[in-house]
Amino acid sequence: MPSFLKEFFNRNGTLMGSLMLGLVLFWTVGLIILPQLSMLDFSFRPNLPPPEIGGPKDIYTLENYKYLIYGPEGGSQDYNAVDLKVFFRTLVAAVCVTLFNLILCYPIAYYLGQTKGNHIRVFALMLIIPYWINEILRAFALRIIFGESGVINTLLVGSGIFDTPFDFIRNDIALYAGLGYAYILLMIFPIYNVIESLDHNQIEAARDLGAPWWRIHKRVVIPYAKPGISSGCTMVFMLSAGALAAPQILGGPSSLWFTQLIYQQFNDNSDWPQGAAYAIVLLVTCILLVLALMRVFKVNMGDIGK
Amino acid sequence: MSAGVGVDLENLWIRFGDFVAVRDANVHIKGGDFFSFLGPSGCGKTTILRAVSGFLEPSEGNVLIGGNNMKGIGPNKRPTALIFQNLALFPLMKVWENITFSMEIAGASAKERRKRADELLDMIALPGQGDKLPSELSGGQRQRVAIARALCAEPDVLLLDEPLSALDLKLRQHMRTELREIQKRVGITFIYITHDQGEALTMSDDIAVMRAGVIDQIADGKTIYNDPATAFAASFVGENNVFRGKVLEVKGDQALIRTNRSGDLLSRISTANQGTMKAGDEAMMFIRPEALSLAPTGTQGDHFVTAKVNHEEFEGNSFNIFMEGDGGKELKVAIPNHGQSFDDHSGQDMTLEYDVNNAVAVPAGELAAE
Repeated sequence: MPSFLKEFFNRNGTLMGSLMLGLVLFWTVGLIILPQLSMLDFSFRPNLPPPEIGGPKDIYTLENYKYLIYGPEGGSQDYNAVDLKVFFRTLVAAVCVTLFNLILCYPIAYYLGQTKGNHIRVFALMLIIPYWINEILRAFALRIIFGESGVINTLLVGSGIFDTPFDFIRNDIALYAGLGYAYILLMIFPIYNVIESLDHNQIEAARDLGAPWWRIHKRVVIPYAKPGISSGCTMVFMLSAGALAAPQILGGPSSLWFTQLIYQQFNDNSDWPQGAAYAIVLLVTCILLVLALMRVFKVNMGDIGK
Repeated sequence: MSAGVGVDLENLWIRFGDFVAVRDANVHIKGGDFFSFLGPSGCGKTTILRAVSGFLEPSEGNVLIGGNNMKGIGPNKRPTALIFQNLALFPLMKVWENITFSMEIAGASAKERRKRADELLDMIALPGQGDKLPSELSGGQRQRVAIARALCAEPDVLLLDEPLSALDLKLRQHMRTELREIQKRVGITFIYITHDQGEALTMSDDIAVMRAGVIDQIADGKTIYNDPATAFAASFVGENNVFRGKVLEVKGDQALIRTNRSGDLLSRISTANQGTMKAGDEAMMFIRPEALSLAPTGTQGDHFVTAKVNHEEFEGNSFNIFMEGDGGKELKVAIPNHGQSFDDHSGQDMTLEYDVNNAVAVPAGELAAE
């Protein structure tokens, strides 16, 4: 037995140790790894009617992946332009949502982390309480706010800034706002956690040595908060790229999110292998993108867990 | 560098809500001086330092640096550099980047900064350590890096907030000497905050003794030790024996005091209170343990004290006798050890003698907590 396991059992006792280890294994292997592997398996098989499953036609194939790139065989176009466009648009939009969230949340997290006093608890509570309301309701609430006769348009038209209501939904502004808002806590709290442990004297020392506020952030606070920033960005990016409810409710009629395509394959087309292939492509691309960015910004995997 | 830039505090008040942290402080610090604020924790000394560095705006009054009023000028624009109690080195920057942070802000090239860092590293006796991280240095080395970082900003005034308190005793004593040497070499004004009278006495040109937001006395170390202005200054700086009583009579610069338990004793009146102390005043008289000597038992007079010995101890350089004293406090006598024989007197009465010039009388007041 490796020493860390032995220590783990010594500390927790054999019974509790086995129980905890068993639960963790069940969680990671049973609920995450095995289903994903089965999806991976699905993605390499043709979509067959039930009687033919396990028959001679049930062989491994790359057809489902080819479909994303080239479209249906004998189709009119060389590439599957519609799906690919949705795929890349989703990634770009998810990156934008992440950046927007970071810009919005960093100052809030900094304020929460470096200010003392009871009002900070009230602030944190005010951030958390809206999340007691479920995601669908929140999304519909935003739809109402951004709607043609919603609060914002009423104000804009009423004050004479716009002559006619602006279509926030068709222009995807409602979608970005909804996605941004949906994961705001996942951005704020990791950054807040790190910044809270930053010794305030360091900020004062930098100020004392002549640094203006933006250089204090650039040289002292942001490098220190990097683990929290990367952790928050990773979560927000992954979750917005994989979001379904917000795009479904807030997305414009002409713009699809890639997850909606996956959903259609599974549900409307009953083509599980095709849906699985799309889902795997999204998952792998997101992971690669995150790893690449981590390398660019010199973040270690261990930092993410901080 | 020139004679250095002076610092003045004029009628300085600092309040936090109802709490008065600093009450009407008036201090003149000469350029190039090593000036200490000495007082127990919570007495307002760090608050004064924050007002000088600009992190805190005074509620009333002014801070002048080199004669210029600093009102409304932020800490990044003042000619001061602060050394924090916990040093506050930047943990993610290398030592040389830490030291030259102020130059980086000012836009100096990496080459220039590297050169200056090497010079300063030589000065603080850490040559070749520039590429380490602060966490790879020892406590004393980090201390010196913090000093170098502050000096690199070429401040007119260096502010030090108990920077030695985290070090062990030996290193602390070593750093005292080193700090004083650095101060003499760079010739700028140092303002030093401490609760350690040893640090204040050994390093400072002048000391301000602070108690609960009030400055009790400003003088050089010798004066504060020998001629304290208040009961607090007398009891906070060094060991002292207190005799409480009432002034019977004032003769010139001396007072005859009817003490609560040691009869009528004669004492010099501290310089600050000469002319104001008068018969009938509540007074306190202080005599240092080393200013008391043994006299034939039972001798009477206005500079003899008789009391019962509680216990004795041998401290190497002195024999210490602890006797029943005033107000529940023991009366301590330190007899220098010349190799003489020394009997145990526990339980017996003994008589002590002192030179009236070594006793000092001040108006009755708050004593320092033990």
